[in-house]
Formats: sequence, structure tokens, C-alpha cells
Amino acid sequence: MSAHKIPARIYYLIFATLLLLTMITVEVAFYDIGILSFPVALGIACFKSTLVILYFMHVRYGTGLTGLFVSAGFIFLAILMVFTLMDLNTRDWQVQPDESGISLAAPFDHGYGIGKQLR
Amino acid sequence: MSNTVAAASRPEPDNNYLTAGYGLKSWLLTTDHKRIAILYLIMISVFFVIGGLFAVLIRLELLTPAGDLVSSDTYNKLFTLHGLVMIFFFLIPSIPAVMGNFLIPLMIGARDLAFPRINLLSWYVFAIGGMTTFAVVLFGGVDTGWTFYTPYSSTYSKTAVGLTAIGVFITGFSSILTGLNFVVTIHKMRAPGLTWFRLPLFVWAHYATSLIMLIGTPVVAITILLVFLERVFGVGIFDPALGGDPVLFQHLFWFYSHPAVYIMILPSMGVISEVVACFSRKRIFGYGFVAFSSLAIAVLGFLIWGHHMFTSGQSIFAGMVFSILTMLVAIPSAVKVFNWTATMYKGSISYETPMIYVFGFLGLFTVGGLTGLFLGALGLDVHVHDTYFVVAHFHYIMVGGAIMGYLAALHFWWPKITGKLYSEAWAKLSAIIIFIGFNLTFFPQFLVGYLGMPRRYHVYPDEFQIFQVLSTAGASILAIGYAFPAFYLTWSLFRGKAAPANPWNAKGLEWTVPSPPPKHNFDTIPVVEEEAYDYSRLEEEVV
Repeated sequence: MSAHKIPARIYYLIFATLLLLTMITVEVAFYDIGILSFPVALGIACFKSTLVILYFMHVRYGTGLTGLFVSAGFIFLAILMVFTLMDLNTRDWQVQPDESGISLAAPFDHGYGIGKQLR
Repeated sequence: MSNTVAAASRPEPDNNYLTAGYGLKSWLLTTDHKRIAILYLIMISVFFVIGGLFAVLIRLELLTPAGDLVSSDTYNKLFTLHGLVMIFFFLIPSIPAVMGNFLIPLMIGARDLAFPRINLLSWYVFAIGGMTTFAVVLFGGVDTGWTFYTPYSSTYSKTAVGLTAIGVFITGFSSILTGLNFVVTIHKMRAPGLTWFRLPLFVWAHYATSLIMLIGTPVVAITILLVFLERVFGVGIFDPALGGDPVLFQHLFWFYSHPAVYIMILPSMGVISEVVACFSRKRIFGYGFVAFSSLAIAVLGFLIWGHHMFTSGQSIFAGMVFSILTMLVAIPSAVKVFNWTATMYKGSISYETPMIYVFGFLGLFTVGGLTGLFLGALGLDVHVHDTYFVVAHFHYIMVGGAIMGYLAALHFWWPKITGKLYSEAWAKLSAIIIFIGFNLTFFPQFLVGYLGMPRRYHVYPDEFQIFQVLSTAGASILAIGYAFPAFYLTWSLFRGKAAPANPWNAKGLEWTVPSPPPKHNFDTIPVVEEEAYDYSRLEEEVV
């Protein structure tokens, strides 16, 4: 990997792209684009970090194993976020008692198709 | 690997890593993985004694229902420091940093780890982190519990949380560097012929452990840093008044800290595989399953952290998902226990000291693991959450499992590490005392916890006293058991008989070099031509 000769112009190109994207991020912040402002800022940031990982950290020129380890980091980050958001987004799914005992009722009726009662 | 023995020309036994250089500088600037392992051994032994002293004070306080030895504030600091020291500065580095550092290059036929300087750096980082955390004692201690739960840690505690956070944050980097070194070494530096499925299971276990270290440790480091920032700058990550969420801390903390349990137990499981095979004179039953079960534990360990949070305000749906997933991790753990037992079946078992510790491990880990399933069950956990039941379960895994494995490793490889034999009689006696003392200490805690006594209280109702007295009595016996090895192992350094290269007649590349090993391990890199644990071939050769 380290033996791979990368032309200097690639580094300059990536550096210029990163600067450009930074300027776009700042510029976009001055416009009211509603709910898009968060995904746009995040999208640019993700793209920039991808460039850094691929070129400045040489992952693009590394072995498949290096790529696997880098991917693993993101997969486990996704696990962290998905499970944490799973908690956050289901906190209003309350336990509701009915005449026959305790049941998890209302929350499961709304779009998830899990059935009315889980005893 | 017998063919490899001849292939590896043996240097003069006198030219070993212990005599390769003298003076403090030769140790403090060494990049030899074996010397760094010894540095870790000394440091974690000191931390074990310090953590043990905190435990002694806790147990003495709990002898009576009244808070008559220390104040409630001091008691809070005692159990916090006990947990911090034992987890971050003893259990997590114990087997990987000492045994892993020493043995992995020897086991895979390498002359050192992939990054020797980074290895030394990891020890210095560990030392700095340890000293920083220990300096907390001078600043009045810390009382948050080792879990640093917010909002108490981030907003209300008046103790030295910030300094503790910095200490733990620094120490995390030591763990990351060690894990990185192991992963690269295992991938890149295996001897010719040493394929993945010829690797000792100790190496497999450390590979899985290293993955957890690499993936999980950054998360806890950042989380603890966030607590620090919250305290100093009030950034509001965990403060609801500023839009934060205290339960988010628990998610981030347990994302690492549950897998951290496997950082502590997986290396121990690797040790058990080595010792069981050696003293049963058999290949590990279901080698592939045991190897992959380590990876399965490492991966599944990241999916189940929410079982620590059933009563935290986490949603019931999330609790159900985490509860179900928790049951899954029992499968690879059980695979290991069943396969070790199957390995012993019809084996030629001998009862040397390391094997005594293995028997202790098997019983105690099974009890600890099964009570873990109780705690993973959403309904039951609500009743025993934050009681002594949890304390007992945790110690059955960590002390009964991880430390039993550590002691098995220390006794199994002590002749290799030091070149000296210890007294088997004293060692066996010590192992039995530890087993008895441990059970007397922690089994009553299952009962008192099930009866409803909460953890982390130094004043309690009179009816619980009998259990606490039994527990303190057991702790006294346990302390004696732990003190024994300090004496007979130290004695062996000066008066012990010289150890041969292979005192247990064991398989593995580490046993093909003299005891203690030469500075560069192997003059010529060995070529491996047989499976791991091929004891049947060894027995035929002996015949």
C-alpha cells in the first residue's frame, strides 16, 4: 500500500475539492432550505470524509482487508445509531393494561404489522 | 509442530530476553514484546493490589448493618475506585497485555509484534492513564460508580469526575494500540504453514478481543470525553434542559462497556482452550466452532448492550429486542463450554495447577453465564436490577471467569516466562483456597440480591447481615488465596528449579524455544506442518 506511488496532483485536487466543499457548506448555511439543511450539510460532510479516507488515508490503494476493516467501523457505527434511535423512536409505545391483563397494544397497531397484543 | 522444532535452531539458553540487557534503561526503552509484557505484569499487579484494598474496605464496612467504618460519601468513592481500578487497569489489560503480548509472537512463529515501538507506547500510555486516574484519590476521589452515569456525573457530583474521565480516556488509547498491534501481527506475521485453522485458539481469542478493542474503545473514550465537556462547558449533550438526553449516555457507554466484558473474558477463554487441550492430551473438540464462537461473541456482544438499561427509561420495544438478542450470545458461550467438556471426555486428564484453575473457571463461568440470562430476561431483570444479584453475577464472570483464566495462564506459562518452576503443592492449595473463598464471597450475594438488597449501599436492614458476614468471611479466604501466588511465584524466581523448554509436554511453537525465550524468539522462522493441538502424534512420538 505504502509502495503505491500517488501523483502529487491527486493530493492537490482532493485538497481543492475539500476547500470547495467547505465553502459550499458555509454558503448553504445562509440559505433557508427548510428540512433539507440538515441532510445537505451532512451529505457534504460525509462526502468530504470519504475523500479523506480514500485518498489521504490511502484506503483506495490499500488491500481489500484494509477496506474491510474501514467498512467494519462504519457498520458498527450504524449498529450504534440504529439501535439507539430504535429506543428513541419507540419510547411512546407504552404498556397498556386491559381487562385481561397487561398487553402491549396501541403502538403495534400503527404500521408495523406486529399484531395487537404481545403477552 | 515437532518437525518445526528441529527446523528452528535454538540459540544458547543464556542469551534470553531477561539477560539480554541490564539496568532500568534497558527495560524502560525496550521494544521486546516479552519485556513489555513483564512491565505490564508488574503494573497490573500493583493495580490489582490497590483495587483489592478498596474491596477489603468495602467488605469490612458491610460486616455490620450500620455505616460504622466509613461515611456514605467515602463508601461511594470506595466502590467507584474499586470498579475503576479493577476493570480499566486490571481486568481489561490483564491477559491481552501480559499474556497476549508475551505469547502471540511466540505462538505464531514471529520475532516480535508488528509494531514494537507502538507496543512500548501503549505501556506508557497505560501508565500515564493509570497515574492520572490514581491521582484522583489525592483530589478527594470520585463517587459516580465506574459507570459514570449522567446526569449525576455530568451535573451533580462534586468529586473529581473530570480528572477520572481524562485518565480513563488516556487509558483507552493503550487498549486501542494493543488491539491494533495484535490484529496486524496475526494477519501479517504468521510463520509459513501456520494457516488460520492451525492457529492456537488463544490467538483466535485475542484476535476477536482486538476487534472489540478497536471498534468499541473509541466510543467509550469519546463518551467519557463528552461527560468531561458537559461538566466543564455545559454543552448539553446529556442535559435535558439543554436538549440532551441522559439515557443517550447509557447507550454510548454500554455500546463499549458490554463488549468490554468480552474483552475481559475472551482472552481467558483462549487460555482455557490451551490448558484443556494440554492436560487432556487431546485436540480441542470442534476446533472450528470454538474459533468462530470467539468471533461470534465479539460481534453479538455489540448488539445487546440495552440489557443494562431495562429500567433506565429505554423503550419497552427496545428492551424486548435487546432481551431477545441477549439470549443469542449464550449460544457461542455454551459452544465453548460444551466443547471444552467434550475435549476432556476420554482424555488423559492430569490435575496440574493450571488445570485446577480450568475446572474452577468452567464451574464459575457457567454459573455466571446462566445468571446472566436471568438478567437478560426483560421481566426478571426489573426485579433484580441494581441488587446484589447483579454484583454476584458480574463477579462470577469477571473474578470466577476472567481471573481464574488469568491465573491458569500465569501458572501454565510461568515456567516459559521466567525459566523457573514453582511449587505445585502450594499452587494447587492456593487454587483450591481461591475457589472456596470465591464461592463463599459471592454466592451469598446471589441470595441477598434475590431477597432485594440493593447494591452500592453501606447501611442495610439487619436481616441481610448474615449474608454480608458470610461474604466478608469468604473475601478473607479469597484474599489469602490470592496472596499465596505472590509468595511462591516470587520465591520460584530465586529458588525455583530451572524450567525445561517444555515442562508440560505441550504442543505449540512457544514450547519449542528455551525457557525463558531468547531475545529474538526464533533464530530461524519455523515452518508449521501440522494441526494445532495434535497431541495424538505427540503421544505416538513419546511411545
